[in-house]
Amino acid sequence: MRREPPRTLADYAPLAFPAIMLVVFFVIPFSTMIAVSFFRRQQGGFYTPDFVLDNYARFLSAFFGGVLGFSLMLAVMVAVICVSIGFPFTYLLTKASRRAQIVWLVCILSVLSLSEVIIGFAWSTLFSRTAGITNLLVAVGLMAEPRALLPGFGAVLTGMVYQALPYTILVLYPSLVRLDPTLLEAARTLGASPLRGFFNIIVPAQRNTIVATLIMVFVFALGCYLLPQILGRPQHWTLSVLITDQAIYQSNMPFAAAMAVFLVLISLALVGLTLLIGGTGRQHHDA
Amino acid sequence: MTLKTLRWLAFAAIALFMAGPLIVVAGVSVNEKQSLTFPPQGFSWAWYGQIFTDEGWRASLVASVVLAALAAALAVLVALPLSWFLWRRVAPWANVFRLLGVAPFILPPVITALGLLTFWATIGFYGQPWTAIISHAIFFVTLPLVTLSLGFSSIDRSLVEAAATMGADDRTVLRTVILPLILPYLVSGYAFAFVLSLNEYIVAYMTVGFTMETLPVKIFNALRYGYTPTMAAVSVFFVAIAALVFGLIARFGNLPRLLGAMSSQEE
Repeated sequence: MRREPPRTLADYAPLAFPAIMLVVFFVIPFSTMIAVSFFRRQQGGFYTPDFVLDNYARFLSAFFGGVLGFSLMLAVMVAVICVSIGFPFTYLLTKASRRAQIVWLVCILSVLSLSEVIIGFAWSTLFSRTAGITNLLVAVGLMAEPRALLPGFGAVLTGMVYQALPYTILVLYPSLVRLDPTLLEAARTLGASPLRGFFNIIVPAQRNTIVATLIMVFVFALGCYLLPQILGRPQHWTLSVLITDQAIYQSNMPFAAAMAVFLVLISLALVGLTLLIGGTGRQHHDA
Repeated sequence: MTLKTLRWLAFAAIALFMAGPLIVVAGVSVNEKQSLTFPPQGFSWAWYGQIFTDEGWRASLVASVVLAALAAALAVLVALPLSWFLWRRVAPWANVFRLLGVAPFILPPVITALGLLTFWATIGFYGQPWTAIISHAIFFVTLPLVTLSLGFSSIDRSLVEAAATMGADDRTVLRTVILPLILPYLVSGYAFAFVLSLNEYIVAYMTVGFTMETLPVKIFNALRYGYTPTMAAVSVFFVAIAALVFGLIARFGNLPRLLGAMSSQEE
């Protein structure tokens, strides 16, 4: 059956339900949110239709600047750490037997699907005084007495790396699986050690993949909303946490919506950049 | 150091990092007394029993499972005709709907959650349990959409042509040729959406958080009032469900292929 353009109304019929669902429950909510970001806030958590820029003007405060700077810095750190660990690991994984790869993929998927609540709970237990790793250090005599390792920046960073690492591996996996094995073989024949071959041949050949993955993980980390609350102190809150806090606890929907719009713009700009890099990368590959 | 040793060391380190927190949680979940100590003191399955016997936990479990089952089904119902249409017809403009389906998955989740919260509040259904089903279905429609698109692209068009030549109309072809071929992709799309919906927090919290406690919301609320081993037991239970579902997909489907395609879609 050849693919044909739709002609009659009946040809369009299958599109009706998905189109209605996506427009009514994604496009309209998204537009509602943008509209609310221009509304005027009233006392007691209500808001009235209006067109004011007050909510966006609040971005100019030092507090918001601090939260934004911290969120971006944290997401950059998570992305860099995850790709530095994930890239060599995924490369080694693609060299393992198919069976081993499948077992690893099942485990990685299981960790990736874990709720942020559960990841936060698991790490807060691991970092706690009563059940934490410091007990292990005490047992082997490296520490005098167990202590809590949270709340703190280290705990937030560890939790977020734990959450983003499986994602990083799954984003890297397809490109690394398709990597031409003769590249490294050639380098080996010419006398390069495996490590040297990896850094001088594989990493440069995958430069575009690495940059695209860094951006994907960065956007993923920007979306983290619970770990900073569970594992950190208020000064470790990110933009996503602040949006939730303004929407639910401060009942300031217009301001929350304005921040969300801002977060969309950052994310879209970065995703667009990824597509651009992916596009040039493919051209490069074809040439 | 050979590549083999290096690989072994790297695998062991990553395995420890990934499994570490889960091992501690599993240990905590079998404590005999209501305290979070590790290594556990005594041994008891009681906290696992409590997921099913305690009224609050059981209600959350039922709410989560019903929500995930219905939301994943609705996501498949949206994704199936859309991916079929995109495969069957030449209509480049319709790709806009594919983009809309993938968008909630790529943007930070808090954005979709807030959008849905303002939407349900504006039309006056905020807090109704059924709104969570639609919200999750839209949020996770990406997964069946991606697996089904992959399934359709793997169909040999000459098979369909043969059926058409023999006189089968569109409907018959769909029922007797296409649906059986894409069934594995449909099932894995459903399974992915189901597991992720089960674990989802922010959308469920923002849309129905004050009227219905799903398990992740219940765990987070319980975190504030102090820790109990039941939370650990629920966490282990969730990891087991995810591992079981993904293990089944790997056993009966082609997991590397499924994942290879998924990430190239997201790029």
